[in-house]
Amino acid sequence: MSQASTELVRISGHAGTVPGAGLNREFQVCKLVDTTTCIGCKACEVACLEWNGYSFSETTFDNSYQTMPETAWNYWNLIKFDEHEREDGSMMLLMRKDQCMHCEDPGCLAACPADAAIVQYANGIVDFQEANCIGCGYCITGCPFNIPKFSPTARKVFKCTLCNDRVSQGLEPACIKACPTGCLHFGTKLEMKELAQTRADQLREHSGFPDAGVYDPPGVGGTHVIYVLHDAKNPELYGGLPKDPHIPYSVWLWKKPLKWLGNLAIVGGLAGLAWHYMRYGPKKVEPIPPDDGRRP
Amino acid sequence: MTNGWIDIKNTDMMLIMGGNPAENHPCGFKWAMEAKRNRNAKLISVDPRFTRTSSTADLFLQIRAGTDIAFLGGVIRYAIENNRIAKEYLVNYTNAAFIVKEGFKLPEDGLYSGFNASTGSYDKTTWNYEQGGDSSGKTGAAAASGHAPEPAPGKSGTPAPPPALPPNVAYDLTLEHPRCVFQLMKQQYSRYTPEVVERITGIPKDQYLKAVDLFTSVRKDGDMKKVATIIYAVGWTQHTFGTQIIRTAAMIQLLLGNVGRAGGGVNALRGHSNIQGATDMAGLYDSLPGYLKSPVPDDTDLGVFLKRTTPTASKPSAWDSMNYYANTPKFMVSLLKAMYGDAATKENGFAFDYLPKAGQDCSWTHIWDDMYNGKIKGMMAFGMNGVMIGPDTTKNINALKRADWLVVGEIYQDETSEFWKAPGITADEQKNINTTVYRLPCAGFAEKDGSMTNSARWVTWKYAAVPPPGQARLDQDIIAQIFLRVRDLYKRDGGKFPDPILNLSWAYADSAHPSLSQIAMEVNGKALADLTDPATGQVIKAGQQLPGFAWLKDDGTTMCGNWIYSGSWTEAGSQIQKRGTEDPSGMGVYPNWSWSWPANRRVLYNRASCTPDGKPWDPDRKQVWWNEGSGKWVGNDVPDFKPDSHPKDHMGPFIMNPEGVGRLFAPIGVLAEGPFPEHYEPIESPIKNPLHPDQSNNPLVKKFSTPFDKFGSPEEYSIVCTTYRLTEQYHYWTKNNPMNVQLIPEPFVEIPVELADEKGIRGTDVIHVISARGTYTAKAFVTRRLKPMMIDGKKVYQIGLPIHQGFRGIDEDEGRNARTPANLLTPAVTDPNAHTPESKGFLVKVEKA
Repeated sequence: MSQASTELVRISGHAGTVPGAGLNREFQVCKLVDTTTCIGCKACEVACLEWNGYSFSETTFDNSYQTMPETAWNYWNLIKFDEHEREDGSMMLLMRKDQCMHCEDPGCLAACPADAAIVQYANGIVDFQEANCIGCGYCITGCPFNIPKFSPTARKVFKCTLCNDRVSQGLEPACIKACPTGCLHFGTKLEMKELAQTRADQLREHSGFPDAGVYDPPGVGGTHVIYVLHDAKNPELYGGLPKDPHIPYSVWLWKKPLKWLGNLAIVGGLAGLAWHYMRYGPKKVEPIPPDDGRRP
Repeated sequence: MTNGWIDIKNTDMMLIMGGNPAENHPCGFKWAMEAKRNRNAKLISVDPRFTRTSSTADLFLQIRAGTDIAFLGGVIRYAIENNRIAKEYLVNYTNAAFIVKEGFKLPEDGLYSGFNASTGSYDKTTWNYEQGGDSSGKTGAAAASGHAPEPAPGKSGTPAPPPALPPNVAYDLTLEHPRCVFQLMKQQYSRYTPEVVERITGIPKDQYLKAVDLFTSVRKDGDMKKVATIIYAVGWTQHTFGTQIIRTAAMIQLLLGNVGRAGGGVNALRGHSNIQGATDMAGLYDSLPGYLKSPVPDDTDLGVFLKRTTPTASKPSAWDSMNYYANTPKFMVSLLKAMYGDAATKENGFAFDYLPKAGQDCSWTHIWDDMYNGKIKGMMAFGMNGVMIGPDTTKNINALKRADWLVVGEIYQDETSEFWKAPGITADEQKNINTTVYRLPCAGFAEKDGSMTNSARWVTWKYAAVPPPGQARLDQDIIAQIFLRVRDLYKRDGGKFPDPILNLSWAYADSAHPSLSQIAMEVNGKALADLTDPATGQVIKAGQQLPGFAWLKDDGTTMCGNWIYSGSWTEAGSQIQKRGTEDPSGMGVYPNWSWSWPANRRVLYNRASCTPDGKPWDPDRKQVWWNEGSGKWVGNDVPDFKPDSHPKDHMGPFIMNPEGVGRLFAPIGVLAEGPFPEHYEPIESPIKNPLHPDQSNNPLVKKFSTPFDKFGSPEEYSIVCTTYRLTEQYHYWTKNNPMNVQLIPEPFVEIPVELADEKGIRGTDVIHVISARGTYTAKAFVTRRLKPMMIDGKKVYQIGLPIHQGFRGIDEDEGRNARTPANLLTPAVTDPNAHTPESKGFLVKVEKA
């Protein structure tokens, strides 16, 4: 991968234009997760911890094989397990690898007020730069996938980096390397999209899944982590994968119209103040009349 | 496996039963997914519960634990009924056409002919082929007249000679003779109708027929191109009829012509990294390295032993049979030379007298029973957690209490080394336990070199990553020290018969630290004198490594530690260290990556991948074929056959059988309870056997009689229980590793939603699972992946529990779980052939804590 792929295209909370924006996007990376061949072995969970140097957590049994309820600030990658009975009574155990989706239109980045705390590279990876993070947690509100998690010890927010440190050196992400069944694939967005489509076609034609499809949600501009699902019409079955994710309206409202309204309010306020002063001058203080004994 | 891991990618159809490879062999399971992705292969999963393997299946069937023979017998019936069989393969490569003696009776009442109720054993004389010739087209009297008279009985007072296979077998190539194997098999499984299968297994008839139709569809309309594989693990072996379950699968694969084919075969998934190596090297008491038979007291000398264990060919006279085990004397003598070196001479029967002769069953459960009864005084347990393994953990603990000494070689304090602290043992009781326990710190797997043999028979050298820490020692160093000191003691003090110890070959460069490479070279074998091959003129000089087992001799001029490994470390070097990544045929053979026994053949019986003329059944998956020009079998794999045997000689592909062909009917003593598998109920079962209620169980299963060998009635214990393993943990030791404990932090019991509702149990409530032998306490995992079943008209629940937690580990030591090993529940009853305990189907009851 050339260095050009890690040039910045968006910077959170940043004043001015982004240098290098509008570049050719053909080398965007993508991770493909084929839920139909995932066996829920959790090698990816462990590989992520080991690559990123996190120690093991204390967990409890909660009526599931799932290691913990949600990703954590130090557990970026989690297989979600869901038992599902189909209409014909047959059983399914849906297993979906949950991690940052690396949206094309990242809600976390849109919501973040801190300059360069969140950046997006030309290759599509959305990266948190913790050195610039102010720990406000707005990215958590902005994410439609409930991914970023706050660390009470570091007082900053963390999430999957799509192993940018590996990808920039030409290596595949740690989870991909560890997967024993080859249900995880890594390559360009174009390649992965095609592979996913082929697999989905195969599932529809040969495996009795008429609604098999690819999850690459347009509401966030598409994602750099895509899924092949047995039932693409009902992604919520897979550990609550949102059906039509987009940046929450509150964030959009706040960052776009409300921001300008706010700016307008500030400018208007200052302008009004200035005009009032020019028009009416400074406030004149009236002398206090002598006390003549009258009471109000 | 007859085939291999990577070979699975070549298949069109997978039946995965008695196994859960997605969870227990995730890396190997990749190849099943490759077959799905690249060939649209179908996967049928049959299991007592819906597992992570089932989640990738095209069809899942929930089966009552222990009823696999009923299921598979029904497949045989369906295949024959619907002509979904490989006719040409059947007639030529199996004993389908062989005629069985008069007097042989099928077990409609649960017993074969020859059962002696007072001794509880079988006289197997009738389980044999009839002597004779080609009876094709003739039936009844005309065929009967063809056979020679029975051998005269021995003089009164001497026992009759044991039954033997006739050298010339009567046969009927039309498969019509009423006593030919094919007709007998058809009759045997005619009772296994879909209705009966439903009664026994709990699988609704329509679902069952869907599965059978799918699996046998590979032979629809006589198609021979497609291939199906059967993949299994300990869900099959851990029953009192486990060996027969596997036999039924082998019969199906012979019937369908899948054995010897790429993507086919009968494939056992071994459960430990080197258990294949362990059984190859005779980790079991009843075999010698290379699966040679172990001597018994009746083998008074080498000659008697060899006569008993060396088969003679038994086949239609017009056919050829290589009967490769005819070379047993060469394998045995070479083994004795490897063990005893110069002390093994022609004159002393190559020191055959030095070998111990087991006069009783010395298998696993017998060891513990003998220890309890005071016959075994001490035990050395190396990387073997007997208390956790069970079965019947309480019995094993009580056996250890009575032992004088216990040596545990381990990498951490396991339950066996702390048996005296097991939950329930009071301080007062401990005072009365007089067992001396020695704990030897050993090296872990990453600290040892050596070899590992995987399920696919690939022998691969492994390198140590780090040296053992602290005072931990390598296994071979510990064993060497013990041996050398015992030998010195015998030299100094003499003894009753020290010769086997004093004369044991120990020719290593460093006798206290034997190098495993040197041992591997011994296992391969070397020439002890100059040898010449008369056919090619090739000469092997004395002291040189042998190129393979074809060079072994029975005159003492060769030594070989394990004949099936001969060829693994030759003069060209260590074949098991090879790492060639080429796969010219694309079929996952990788001929230069490690070395597979025997002789680097990757798919066994691969001659059967061709028609009788020597042409591959499927030209797109060519393995080996007959080359008329060179007069040899050639191909992409090493032919598992006599290389120059012309197809017209009709040599059978199953060269290790005296018949040369695959056995649908297993004659005489091959199997303990019968030539054809018959459905028997697990010893603890919710119902009587619908096929023959008066003989519900395997008639040859024996029960022990200690106070701990208790069995429960279905009235009190109405729930069927099975045990299993998870991906995230490995047996009993990863509970000491924080990573594994993070992924699966606590023990649990998977119970159906319906059972939970009935008992008012919610997910994560603590419950007790109780059998006649013990109580297992853990949190309930309420799931829809186990459904209630209708078994012979009765509603039966099945539950299951993983085996990984015990009374010592990270959570255990912090008191964060109940510290109950799963095998407190299991019964010490075993399969009469392989002696594996019935850990996968027993009865329990469930109560809220």
